[in-house]
Amino acid sequence: MTAIPMEHGLALAAALFVLGLVGVLARRNIVFVLMSIEIMLNAAGVAFVVAGARWGAADGQVMFLFILATAAAEVAVGLALVLQLYHRFRTVDADAASKMRG
Amino acid sequence: MAYIFYISAAVAVVATLLVVTRTHAVHALLYLVVSLLAVAMVFVTLGAPLVAALEVIIYAGAILVLFVFVIMMLNLGAPSVERERAWLAPSAWVGPTILCLILLAELLYVAASGGGAEVAEAATVGPKEVGQALFGPYVLGVELAGMLLLAGLVGGYHLGRREALETGPEEGPP
Repeated sequence: MTAIPMEHGLALAAALFVLGLVGVLARRNIVFVLMSIEIMLNAAGVAFVVAGARWGAADGQVMFLFILATAAAEVAVGLALVLQLYHRFRTVDADAASKMRG
Repeated sequence: MAYIFYISAAVAVVATLLVVTRTHAVHALLYLVVSLLAVAMVFVTLGAPLVAALEVIIYAGAILVLFVFVIMMLNLGAPSVERERAWLAPSAWVGPTILCLILLAELLYVAASGGGAEVAEAATVGPKEVGQALFGPYVLGVELAGMLLLAGLVGGYHLGRREALETGPEEGPP
């Protein structure tokens, strides 16, 4: 890493994470909630890569690969749940599934 | 090299802000693709080329295709010609195009100024080191990631079954 201070990379990661968190908290469309979770996972990966570049180590990129695998598994299950929600309630409003039975 | 990082970071933040505030899911997906491409550019400037390539291939290429499939399935039954015309309105694609053009200008600048060597000089942690770390001290994590992906596959298949969609889990066959 040449001239970019670590704080600026971490600030980028923090900004992306906060934007994703706002999306999770503010949106009710469950597809947007899933997208915001992807943004937050990606921001955490940015923080790992920045830290790895700061010390010139490969561990940050390894952690990013694990985050990538986690995000892939999460989005597969999450989108299957979105399809279930849509077929059952005919809406993608997350508040429609506010009652638990069983 | 430094201001390429800052321009890419600004593009990423602006595109992410637009993802969160769009009302149309497809528009938000377009901006999310732009945001991920900008983050990949940030990774290149940080000296992490393998992760930048994987960001484009897996995040922008595979995960967002899943989102596109689901949004297409949720829009079944709507009249398609008007929908396509509405999706091709200039307000839908002008924003992502401008942000992508900024990224393209950065790419052309780096290529034109012989910046490939400059990128390579910047304390790059290449794929070889990452692979050695991944299958050296982190091999247990690789096994766990494989099991997690298998669990995700089985879970996605189970939740997406057609009979589960029709009858619900409590009446369905065990």
